[in-house]
Amino acid sequence: MADVMRPEKLDMSNDTSSLGSPELLHVLAVDDSIVDRKFIERLLRVSSCKVTVVDSTTRALQYLGLDGNHSSVGFEDLKINLIMTDYSMPGMTGYELMKKIKESSAFREIPVVIMSSENILPRIDRCLEEGAEDFLLKPVKLADVKRLRDSLLKADEMSFKNIMHKRELQANDIYSQLKRAKI
Amino acid sequence: MQRQVALIKQSLFDQGYLDDQFIELEELQDDANPNFVEEVAALYFKDSPRLINSIDQALERGSFDFNRLDSYMHHIGASKVKTECTMFREYCRVGNAEGCLRSFQQLKKEHAILRKKLDHYFQLARQAGPKEAARRSK
Repeated sequence: MADVMRPEKLDMSNDTSSLGSPELLHVLAVDDSIVDRKFIERLLRVSSCKVTVVDSTTRALQYLGLDGNHSSVGFEDLKINLIMTDYSMPGMTGYELMKKIKESSAFREIPVVIMSSENILPRIDRCLEEGAEDFLLKPVKLADVKRLRDSLLKADEMSFKNIMHKRELQANDIYSQLKRAKI
Repeated sequence: MQRQVALIKQSLFDQGYLDDQFIELEELQDDANPNFVEEVAALYFKDSPRLINSIDQALERGSFDFNRLDSYMHHIGASKVKTECTMFREYCRVGNAEGCLRSFQQLKKEHAILRKKLDHYFQLARQAGPKEAARRSK
């Protein structure tokens, strides 16, 4: 008489959340202004986020392994929950960076927020159309960052809950199948 | 002393040298980071002179590459200095060389004044005790 495992005893992995470490969002911030970098880093830390700041789109692409010098090996473990980039930067703009990110299979799901000190409607429209999660006018407010963080945590929580619910249903299904098979 | 600090801060606001952004910065200060505002100001005055120099050199050469001038000016904006920045960038946009020169001279003046005033303010604030300086004057 085999021992039928009850659903709770089945191995249900806890690592279904996309959060790298519990409750801490990891944000990649890109800005060529040293003052703005210091500022956004502080805003994010105060909002309890883990922060990586880089000073150019080139470095951002390097960090993500999208600069053509790497295969995708080693970057699958890189857990980024949000990318915030300045729009106007020398070389490649934040908009172009976002397009590169959206083209990559590894990172296209990561929300990208564009920041700019200029309130130019066509620019904002273009960014949002291309898939920007949000467009923030500089100087960025702490309230903006908190709002972003909360909506991301909520989205993660929802998808986590959905996954756990699904697994529960599957486990219950298996359990009842096994039970029936025993009869 | 603390009241003096508060008064100076208020007058900086009244004269347009500081705006709400300063308050936002102060709200990011805490016990672990009591001097954040001063650090940001220090960074700004380390970074902006470099940009001002670039513009100076370009204008001296008689080089009116308005796009480039505009991109230098992009990062210099800080309250009263910002007004001059905006005017400079507007002159760039319409290709008005004389306007650029004029507003740039004014900007350099405002930048120097702002620096002096903030240096003085932060010095006093440090003497008065960091925690008091971080408190907002309303």
